[in-house]
Amino acid sequence: MRFFFLRIYDTYRFILRFWKEVFLPPYEPKEILNQFFEVGIRSLAIISLTGFITGLVFTKQSRSSLAEFGATSWLPSLMAIALLRALAPLVTALIVAGKVGSKFGAEIGSMRVTEQIEAMEVSSTNPFKFLVVSRVLATICIVPVLAIYMGFIGLLGAFVNVYRNEQTSFVSFFQEAFVKISFLDLFVLVLKSAVYGFTIGMAGCFTGYYADQGTVGVGRAANTAVVVSMFLIFIEEMLIVTLVNSYK
Amino acid sequence: MDTGSNNTIISLRNIRKSFGSLDVLKGVDLDVYKGENLVVLGRSGSGKSVLIKIIAGLLTPDTGTIRVLDKDVGQLNNKELQELRTKIGFSFQNSALYDGMNVRANLAFPLVRNKKNLSSQEVESAIKQVLEDVGLSRSIDQMPAELSGGQKKRIGIARTLILQPEIMLYDEPTAGLDPVTSVEINELINEVQERYNTSAVIITHDLTCAKSTGDRMVMLSEGCFLRQGSFEEVFSTDDPTVRGFYNYNFISDS
Repeated sequence: MRFFFLRIYDTYRFILRFWKEVFLPPYEPKEILNQFFEVGIRSLAIISLTGFITGLVFTKQSRSSLAEFGATSWLPSLMAIALLRALAPLVTALIVAGKVGSKFGAEIGSMRVTEQIEAMEVSSTNPFKFLVVSRVLATICIVPVLAIYMGFIGLLGAFVNVYRNEQTSFVSFFQEAFVKISFLDLFVLVLKSAVYGFTIGMAGCFTGYYADQGTVGVGRAANTAVVVSMFLIFIEEMLIVTLVNSYK
Repeated sequence: MDTGSNNTIISLRNIRKSFGSLDVLKGVDLDVYKGENLVVLGRSGSGKSVLIKIIAGLLTPDTGTIRVLDKDVGQLNNKELQELRTKIGFSFQNSALYDGMNVRANLAFPLVRNKKNLSSQEVESAIKQVLEDVGLSRSIDQMPAELSGGQKKRIGIARTLILQPEIMLYDEPTAGLDPVTSVEINELINEVQERYNTSAVIITHDLTCAKSTGDRMVMLSEGCFLRQGSFEEVFSTDDPTVRGFYNYNFISDS
């Protein structure tokens, strides 16, 4: 129990330190750009594949229910709402948590146990700023971009299914798709993706930064980063949806 | 080497450090003089690495004062501590090279961060110079994973030398190396002392390393210094701890 509360206190201090150091010079623009590439470009392939399949399969599964009421023409707007309000940010965050969160945990954890973080400190470099701030900023900025991208790719998957069944043109599919989408939907998509990005970056970096017990600790850091991120993402999803619906 | 009080570059007084209920250092006093290589001997777990990390400001002692180059480490703010660290080179037990960077980037890392006005040509020429000094000019584009244990040690030492430190701290410089490579690293430590005019603290349990690199040595056991002096002075005793430590090490010319 004591360990649990100490961990909570460490997490609180870690988050506080992030917000303090993010605004203080010196900045690490080169490392931040490097992490943008690592988080963004290197995740594109899996995000594209998952987004396309999600859109295609979800449309296929929804078709039969809507067909009973002769409402298959609603498929474009149904898919746009489902993807942009829920699926795209949630699925993107879960994929990034698995791919990037585990990488952060393992990478920083192995740097911790092989004394590379201490080597940075004695080189008069702030390892927190170099390793943690750059990575968390990258996930905060890139996860929303990936979520929007996945939303678009998901709609393409949906379009393929709709086109095969109803021969709807590309332009009219997207016109119908965006009829029900408001600015608030896009704003919430970006906002909650940024929150998920912060969660993923923080969980990965925190577990790695405090890794111990050699290679076992590195494995545990990578594993904990994914489990904690996913757990928190679902809780955050529930809270944000409740909050937004009460606002509406 | 001058052992006068105004030539003391590192001074530790009453240093205590515990981890939970384990007392690692129990009131240690130590002086390191300008130009000397001081060896700290001791068995694994005797507190040697903790001592060297306290000197580098990586660990904070529970009690006691540390003065390095006339600065009280405990009283320094972050900026002052970072400035002081540019004068201290730390060679880690496992070399601690950055896995994701090649040798050139590893060596450039501390330099570009601490000397921001250097041109890229000056950085490149400094890298080539230190690589030449450690005898590894050809490894400049290799990744750490492609280097042998001895090469990693040399690159680790080169990375500390690039900032022209006044003090070198070596943590188990010959650990995990074969005897021939160990001798080469010992020679490199002596060359560094001569060429860069450094003072050094060398943590080791390898008596061959201690004898060939140390001007003076101290023996740490259970958080206290047992003996200090020259190699011969330290081991001319019937103390069972010291004799036991000596007997488990093989020295060809002893």
